Amino acid sequence: MNNVVVRDYIIPANDFTIAGEASSNVRKILSQIGVAPDIVKRTSIAMYEAEINAMIHGKGGQAHVEIDENKIVIRISDQGPGIEDLDLAMQEGYSTAPDSIREMGFGAGMGLSNIKKHSDILEINTAVNEGTTVLITVFFKQE
Amino acid sequence: MTINQLSQKLDLKIVSNTPKTTEKAVTGVYSCDLLSHAMAKINEGDVWITVHTNLNVVAVASLTDCACVLIPENIEIEKQTVERAIEKDVILLSSDKSAAVLCYEIFKLIKDL
Ligand SMILES: Nc1ncnc2c1ncn2[C@@H]1O[C@H](COP(=O)(O)OP(=O)(O)OP(=O)(O)O)[C@@H](O)[C@H]1O
Ligand SMILES: [Mg+2]
Repeated sequence: MNNVVVRDYIIPANDFTIAGEASSNVRKILSQIGVAPDIVKRTSIAMYEAEINAMIHGKGGQAHVEIDENKIVIRISDQGPGIEDLDLAMQEGYSTAPDSIREMGFGAGMGLSNIKKHSDILEINTAVNEGTTVLITVFFKQE
Repeated sequence: MTINQLSQKLDLKIVSNTPKTTEKAVTGVYSCDLLSHAMAKINEGDVWITVHTNLNVVAVASLTDCACVLIPENIEIEKQTVERAIEKDVILLSSDKSAAVLCYEIFKLIKDL
C-alpha cells in the first residue's frame, strides 16, 4: 500500500517549446492511476502556473513531485530573483511580466491566485536574489 | 452539439482534427486572451476564443478540457502549435469572423439546446 510515485523535472528558462511539459506529464500520471478528473484538473492547473512562473520569472528551475495514495506534493523551485513583496505578488492583477511575455498572453497576474485556489496547502518560500520555492499539496479525497 | 456540427453550422475551419471532433460536446463559449485568466475561468466543454496562436494555448486548452480553441479573424496559426495540438488531442478551429460575432453566434446556437 505504500506505493509512492516520485518524479523530477528540469524547467528550463524561457523555453516555451516545452513549457508545461512537467505538468502535462503529471496530469497523465494522475489520470492513469485513477484520480478523480476534477482533482487532476486542479492539480495540473496549479502546477502549470508554478512551472510557468519558474520559467519566466525564476530563470528556470526544477520540479519534484511525490504521489501517494492520498495526495500529491509538488515542489517547484528556482534560483532566480525571488519575490520582494509576496503579499503584493499574491494579489490578482499584480504582474511584473515584461512586454515580450505579455504578448504571448501571460501577465494577467493571476497565476499565484490560481495556484492558491486550486491547492489544498500552499507554501511559498522566497528570498530576494536567492530564489523561490512553491510547495503545493492536493489531497485526492475531498471532505 | 458536437464540434463537427458546430463547425458546419458556422462555417468554421477545422485546423487540427482529432477523434474528439465527432465526440466532444460544445456546452458553452468563453473568450479571453489572458492565459491565466482563461485558465481560471474556462469551463469544460467551452469553445475558447483567443487571438493567441502560440504553444501555450495548447497547454491551457488541454488543462482546462475546453471543447476546442477557436481562432478568429483568420489569424495565422503557428505551425508548431498545430502539430502540438494534434499530439495533445486539442482541436483548433479557425474563422474569418471576429471574436464578438463568434461568441454571439455560438451562444445563439447552444442556448436553444
Ligand atoms: N518564481 C518566481 N520568481 C520570481 N518572481 C515571481 C515568481 N513567481 C511569481 N513571481 C512574481 O509574482 C508576480 C505575480 O505572479 P503571477 O503568477 O500571479 O502573475 P504573472 O506570472 O505575472 O502573470 P500570469 O501568471 O497571470 O500570466 C510576477 O509578475 C512576478 O513578479
Ligand atoms: Mg504567472
